[in-house]
Amino acid sequence: MTRKLMTNRRTVLKGAAAGGLLAAAPLAARFASAQSSAPIKIGFQQHSTGIGAAYGRWYGRTTEAAVKMINDAGGINGRPVEIVAEDDGTDPKRGAEVLEKFANQSGCDVAFGTLFSHVVIGSAPAAGELKLPYFVVSEGHHVASGMLNRYTLQPGITDVKSQVQAMAPYVSENLGKKVTMIYPDFAFGHDHRDYFTAAIEAQGGEVLEQIAIPPTETSFTKYFPKIPRDTEVIYHVMVGPAVLTFVKELGEFFGPSRPEIFGFIDSLEAVDLASPGLEFLEGTYFWEGNPRYAQEDQTSHDKMFREAVGVDANGASVSDPKDVSTYAHMFGCWETLHIIKAGMEAADYQGPADRAKLIEAVEAMTDMPEGDAHPQGPKRFNGKTHQVFGVQYISKVEDGKLVKVHTTSIEDTLYPDEVDYTTMSF
Amino acid sequence: MSIGTRSTLLHLGLIALLFVLAFVLPSYHQGNLARIMVLATYAIGYNVLFGYTGLLSLGHAMFFGAGMYGLGLAMQYGGLGVIPAFVVALICAAVLSAVVAMLALRTIGVAFMIVTLMFAQAGYLTVLYFGAWTRGDEGFVIAQSARQIAGLDLTQPTTRYLAALVLFSAALLITARMMQVSFGSVLIGVRENEERTRMLGYDVFRHKLAAVIISGTISGAAGAGYAVLFGYVGATFTSVQYSIFPLLWVLLGGAGTTIGPLVGTLFMFYLIDYSSGLTNAYMLIAGVVLVLLTLFARLGLVGEIRKRWVAWLP
Repeated sequence: MTRKLMTNRRTVLKGAAAGGLLAAAPLAARFASAQSSAPIKIGFQQHSTGIGAAYGRWYGRTTEAAVKMINDAGGINGRPVEIVAEDDGTDPKRGAEVLEKFANQSGCDVAFGTLFSHVVIGSAPAAGELKLPYFVVSEGHHVASGMLNRYTLQPGITDVKSQVQAMAPYVSENLGKKVTMIYPDFAFGHDHRDYFTAAIEAQGGEVLEQIAIPPTETSFTKYFPKIPRDTEVIYHVMVGPAVLTFVKELGEFFGPSRPEIFGFIDSLEAVDLASPGLEFLEGTYFWEGNPRYAQEDQTSHDKMFREAVGVDANGASVSDPKDVSTYAHMFGCWETLHIIKAGMEAADYQGPADRAKLIEAVEAMTDMPEGDAHPQGPKRFNGKTHQVFGVQYISKVEDGKLVKVHTTSIEDTLYPDEVDYTTMSF
Repeated sequence: MSIGTRSTLLHLGLIALLFVLAFVLPSYHQGNLARIMVLATYAIGYNVLFGYTGLLSLGHAMFFGAGMYGLGLAMQYGGLGVIPAFVVALICAAVLSAVVAMLALRTIGVAFMIVTLMFAQAGYLTVLYFGAWTRGDEGFVIAQSARQIAGLDLTQPTTRYLAALVLFSAALLITARMMQVSFGSVLIGVRENEERTRMLGYDVFRHKLAAVIISGTISGAAGAGYAVLFGYVGATFTSVQYSIFPLLWVLLGGAGTTIGPLVGTLFMFYLIDYSSGLTNAYMLIAGVVLVLLTLFARLGLVGEIRKRWVAWLP
């Protein structure tokens, strides 16, 4: 769906100019110094339908809140920001078509917001050909692996390789060194398998068994006997609608005596931890990109972010406690939009002719301190690989809530560069 | 003017119109039409089997995927250029369709639908299984620099459009010619009354086998065309919904008509494009339109035109 947000400001500007009130009106004065008062259009490739719809809904709310904040503070280069949202159906073919629509039909300056890796990879060639800066919020390793192009960047969310790698020290020191991995048998699961196996071995641990679950599977009981008896930690990253069955059957299999269990919250994003069958998760550990529950040491930035997006202390919508957010990922939209703003201001962005300057301005970014623009935590951007790095969180389920028990350093997440996009021409 | 001449003029006129549109359409619609022509090529392939031979396959995504991965893997790991990789893609699609046909043609009707659906599902899972090479569901990108033929940059919008037009025109003219010769008449005979065709002395199995191979190979050519023109190879294109799409496009445009596949693909593309601009429930709008068309234009758009006004339409 195409939605135009924040258009009221443009209307106000026009009205103010017509009335000769431009200099006097406080709202208009904020944009008065701009050479053009036309809005900066950001194409938002949104997963409104398809498998990514739960993420898309929350990415949408976060985007709306971030744009409101940016516009309230005067917009970008004195111009208001307008979001042009278009559903990609979580489909790579439609994703590429949507980018063409942004560039050639809607007149967008940049595109942003894609989560699912296959949509990112399917759309990125179009971004490169259209010379449309494409800011993805996907956590896939596709950008940093060098697979994509100079116009595709991921400055607002860390990638799966750094996330997985950063978990290994904590797992081996606190939970155990003999790990059995259970993961879906497609690319997302294979990334976890490969990166975690290497990372835990580097910590002196070992993966005893890698259990790949076919994507069409709906019952998991037959896989559990493959878990070796001397397993100290089970590492799971199951995703999709079958995850509740997975957890329930795992609980039935082990009963009260179980090894330590560590998982990625991707399994349970937008899922209420109080859902029936999830009691078994009590006492288990999760990676969280951003702690879903407001913690005791909550920062003022997280408090501000929650209020702006409309998320309560339990990570659910303030208007519906059953509507649980995708809190571990959606901050990426907020932070990416602030980076687009910072990049456009650094490049003195005026229009599509300045797109290359915008890319160079973002490539030049390095450390991003924690703040209202970066509520999840401090970040370090690598301009060569177009990928940001940042702290990761590990939480434990206690009394049905996720309680933060560890915060990694940014250094834990770093790995050698695999590409230098800055050597590619525009 | 004979019907054959009229048909030839129609097809050549359509190709000429599409050629002219390359230079007059705004860039957004030029890009869309390039995509539509590649997808319409897929629909033309599907129409050979469904529209002319009367065999309803629910597994054509495997042929589209065979072409897509045949070309993609040949370029990615074999280091082949576009033309040799395209030949590899055609061979992959032809071999796969021959093997599937040998087995699936032992069934008829609903069983044929189910067997083709199962084969396609096996094909989809095979792509995921060999994730080390195919990158599974994520897929992979074909580098922009590799997408060239003799210095012609296929990523440049007009060149890409013209390449899509060449692909579409070849498929259109081949199938149109096929239906003018006796082979095509036998296929229609099989569709209308298989027993009678057999009684008349035609080898029905060989004709159906040839139809599956031609249909699968054209579908594979479309898959390869999509990969090279749009730079992406992914498992989504081998999933069941991409088996359903050509059925929809052909039904909408008119099964058993030469230009129906293009009309159906065009209609469906813009229906989704425009309705998604109105509401998130655009699939509901698409669904209602499809139901209305099924109720009031059962032969598809071109099929109804042929029935009501232009009886000679091929």
